[in-house]
Amino acid sequence: MSQKIKLVCTFSMLVSIAGCSSLGVEPWERDLLAKKEMSLSSSPVDSALDDHIYFSKEASSGGKSFGGGGCGCN
Amino acid sequence: MTDKKEKINIKAALTLATTALLGCTASQVQAQEADEWAFDAALLYYSEVDRVSAAETIFNANKTFANDEVLNLKLTIDTLTGASANGAVAQPSIQTFTRPSGNGQYQTPAGDTPLDDTFRDTRVQFNAQWTQPIASNYTGSIGAHFSKEFDYLSLGVNSNLAFDFNKKNSTFSLGFSYFQDTLTPKGGIPNPFTSMLVGDSARSEDDDDDDFINIDDGWDDSFALTRLGKDDTKTTADILLGFTQVINRQMIMQFNYSYSVVDGYLNDPFKIVSIVDAGGITQDNIYESRPDTRIKQSAYMQSMYHFDSTILDVSYRYMWDDWNINSHTIDSRFRIPLSEGSYIQPHFRYYQQSAADFYQPFIMDNDMPSEFVSADYRIGEMTALTIGLKYGMLINDGNELSFRLEYYRQTPTDAGFTEPGVLQDVELYPTIDAIIGQVTYSF
Repeated sequence: MSQKIKLVCTFSMLVSIAGCSSLGVEPWERDLLAKKEMSLSSSPVDSALDDHIYFSKEASSGGKSFGGGGCGCN
Repeated sequence: MTDKKEKINIKAALTLATTALLGCTASQVQAQEADEWAFDAALLYYSEVDRVSAAETIFNANKTFANDEVLNLKLTIDTLTGASANGAVAQPSIQTFTRPSGNGQYQTPAGDTPLDDTFRDTRVQFNAQWTQPIASNYTGSIGAHFSKEFDYLSLGVNSNLAFDFNKKNSTFSLGFSYFQDTLTPKGGIPNPFTSMLVGDSARSEDDDDDDFINIDDGWDDSFALTRLGKDDTKTTADILLGFTQVINRQMIMQFNYSYSVVDGYLNDPFKIVSIVDAGGITQDNIYESRPDTRIKQSAYMQSMYHFDSTILDVSYRYMWDDWNINSHTIDSRFRIPLSEGSYIQPHFRYYQQSAADFYQPFIMDNDMPSEFVSADYRIGEMTALTIGLKYGMLINDGNELSFRLEYYRQTPTDAGFTEPGVLQDVELYPTIDAIIGQVTYSF
């Protein structure tokens, strides 16, 4: 089952990457993307606090950024 | 007017203090006046019903220099108090456990999940990150991490290289990080599979309690026999591959793959496992035993979509490891602007994980595991749900003040273990409810 999920993930990533040359915007079309709230890490402080909570309460960590050590909680 | 003057003064003082810490000269400070520092100060309070409470403060400073170099400094201080499940099962009678230090014991009432109430720790963490363009379309970043608790030291470094192409609509990135952690738990490192002694180095005030074994002069020696040493270490090496793509004027996506190798002491020195008989009655409690390596991988994707005025942020992570844990995480935020720069942002997160293959909530006395065992619910089967709301508003010339309130519920589930005798009448998989409150000021 997990093997299948991995295959689907890999496949969808490859398809996305292959189709990317036709995607995107011209520099003058970045008005919305340039907003702070549109950045992929729009609230780094919230993310850092959340990562610490979930790292210490669950078996998973990282993914978006490094999962790292740095805490004696798990 | 007075408030505004005060605000500027605070920022000026902080700027001076930060540059002084960095060893900049006065002329450098003057040269940097044009591009100001940006600060975030946040206070978070996390509280579980009847269990752990934590207060965490973050002070984050960010400076972008004229040539797109970015310096980020972050100081985190947190304190933790309260009780945490020790791994033993609930019983129909009172249970007595020895504290991890070997000094003193605690009791769990009949029918309750055993909680070790000795958790008390303060942690100080410092992060520094430097990011700069290193060639046309290439951005490099290096960082360092230091954190110290009473019984834990962690040192880390990281680096990242990003390559922009397709008119900066596409970005590949490659990152490495390495952590070296040292644990020095009070009472030392317990020897896996040895029994937790019940007793005390000093006679308890509770003299008439029959559950204690008689204390004699040999307690310290007996306790020492259950220990492997004073400290141990673990290392964590991560590789992170990322790809970011602008889809159109309103949408951007990110795909990450990470590979993580954790090596060394991976037990929780405070966790035990109950050995029960056919009637479900505890015969013994032994210290847990986990493998000394763990390889974790994850695939992560995130998309941000700007509607006419609202913004939807959705991410999904699939994680799997060689302990046979796999997990799904869906995280979404929806930002709704209100008047004059204020906004509300509902948050929803769903998490589901399967159990590690050596996880078991208890051990049957006629079926001892040969190598590894842990009853830590955090590596057992579980789902978790977070529902929250953030409200932000602009004050004082564009500074942002925000409040976040969230509810977090963990629901450990039975992965198919047959419960003998009295264990059918007690709660083996209690839910954990927590409230998260946060105030952030960005200036």
